[in-house]
Amino acid sequence: MSVSHQSRETERTDFVAVLAKVCLVAFLISLGVVVLYPLFWMALNGFKTNAEIFGNPFALPGGFSVANYIAAWNQGIRNYIATSVIVTLGSAVCTVLVSAWTAYGLTRSKLPGKPFFVGIVLGGLMLSPTVAVIPLVRMMQDLGLYNTYWALIILYTAFRIPFTTFLIRAYMLGLPRDLDEAAIMDGASEGQIFWKVTLPLCKPILVSCVILHVLFAWNEYLFAMIFTSGADLQTLPVGLTSIMAKHGTNYAVVFAAMTLSALPIVMTFFAAQRFFIRGLAEGIGK
Amino acid sequence: MITAVKHDYKGEAVKIGFTGSRRPERARLGPITGILSFRWIVIAFVLILWFVYYPIIDNFVVSTKNQDIFTGETAYVGLDNYRRLQSDPVVGTAILNNTLYAVISVVFQVFGAFVLAALIEGLSEERWRRFWRAVYFVPSAISITVTGLLFYFIYQPDIGLLDSALTQIGLADWSRAWLGEEQTAIYAIIAMSQWQGFGYSTLLFAIAIQKIPRELYEAAIMDGAGTWRRLWNITFPLTREMTGLMVIVTITGAFQVFNEVMVMTGGGPNNSSQVLGTWLYQQGFIENDFGYGAAIASVIFVITLLTGFAQLWYTKRRRVDL
Repeated sequence: MSVSHQSRETERTDFVAVLAKVCLVAFLISLGVVVLYPLFWMALNGFKTNAEIFGNPFALPGGFSVANYIAAWNQGIRNYIATSVIVTLGSAVCTVLVSAWTAYGLTRSKLPGKPFFVGIVLGGLMLSPTVAVIPLVRMMQDLGLYNTYWALIILYTAFRIPFTTFLIRAYMLGLPRDLDEAAIMDGASEGQIFWKVTLPLCKPILVSCVILHVLFAWNEYLFAMIFTSGADLQTLPVGLTSIMAKHGTNYAVVFAAMTLSALPIVMTFFAAQRFFIRGLAEGIGK
Repeated sequence: MITAVKHDYKGEAVKIGFTGSRRPERARLGPITGILSFRWIVIAFVLILWFVYYPIIDNFVVSTKNQDIFTGETAYVGLDNYRRLQSDPVVGTAILNNTLYAVISVVFQVFGAFVLAALIEGLSEERWRRFWRAVYFVPSAISITVTGLLFYFIYQPDIGLLDSALTQIGLADWSRAWLGEEQTAIYAIIAMSQWQGFGYSTLLFAIAIQKIPRELYEAAIMDGAGTWRRLWNITFPLTREMTGLMVIVTITGAFQVFNEVMVMTGGGPNNSSQVLGTWLYQQGFIENDFGYGAAIASVIFVITLLTGFAQLWYTKRRRVDL
């Protein structure tokens, strides 16, 4: 009697657990569809003809012709990608290198008044590009950097140094100092210790910082829109809006262009997911 | 900082054991190596002070001047631009829209993301946990320009997904030009922003939840605590710091919104979806009224500074707690 009662009880809790699990999975899947379907729709519309786009939006394209993708590539995307790559990689190298130097100076060197300098770097985290943009326009014009790659490389570097230094500094503070001490005993200078000891040890966080920076610079819009005006110098986000303005009625090409500009960064994310998540975990304070 | 001093001191002590005679020399060189150490930080500080700090100060100077675009002459106008802010109805709309953005984002991207992260981390297989975290994150990796344009199309009545989907499930009455109507434009933009951003905060919460010791959950299960009890009594209190930070970061972000509004409506129709960032752009760069644009920038500055201080205070308190 008591045994059967118990088993009925377990059966019921099992049933509730299974039902909860089914609901949970159903919820996760529907949310996944809501997240991914618009992106598939974007890529599919790149294969459609303009007439098909104005038909049933849920229909599949008649054929998978890459004509729109080729058109988008030739009508600007190629140049925009080239600019984005130059600006993104240029600023990524500058930011990570300068931030690593700074983090080293703020953790390992004999710099006097370190807390004060750390404060200035962290204070930079609070200042937003939006607030600085009007004075920066005049500054860039005076410096002759307006409408050059350098304007974006310098600004992306300057505005990302606080965050990147913050991440690398946190990592350096956690590194053991035995190797430093051994190197000092061997008569190594501060510079040698930085390049030969500290920097190699920091490789994981440096990779994370590069990826976080690439994600930022590839997608940045405000500075890119205001500091470049020529079609040769536009980065992808700005270029996309010009394609939209130029081909406003040829939607299929616009969809293809959007897909092409999203693709590299999504692939980077999947390839480097591990480093990316570590970077986020380290930088959770921000 | 303290560990650094200790270690340097220890390094020095070890060194004395080896080559005792060099100690006076090093002591004499102390201040010089200290000054030489500036070389590590000098580039960063030139860049930060010049391009990040100085423009903020300059912004206040610009905001007290008006430039005549025809003659190019600038005149000092004191606080006139700030008085104009008070009588500008669009500034009111913009602050209201930024606030809406902040509130809705806190609901979905902080509390919604927290629950979602807890649900995902509750799955038994790591494979699936990783899968769902990655799936929901995808939109966050894509530029807001792309997602903004994408939703610009999704919201279109003629070719868009949304109205067509509503018609198919029998809600044709609900379909409308989402971005073309004053009542719905800002909500449509905010909805896109939630779609794009929730995966990012879910990932951050997932990382925070992973740091909670498993034993706590095992003990709770032994005590017969159900899923919701565990969520409320263990997960939530132990990720509270993270939640607090996310609230602050989300609010700061909501007051700096620019990109998606610019791409999707440009602030229209009839300025109904303007936010502070786009109104600054409109005034400063379209109307060429730098002084007034700078005054709007000052408003953004004050708001983000306040939330920034809240963040610093919160981080500091958390450090003490740990």
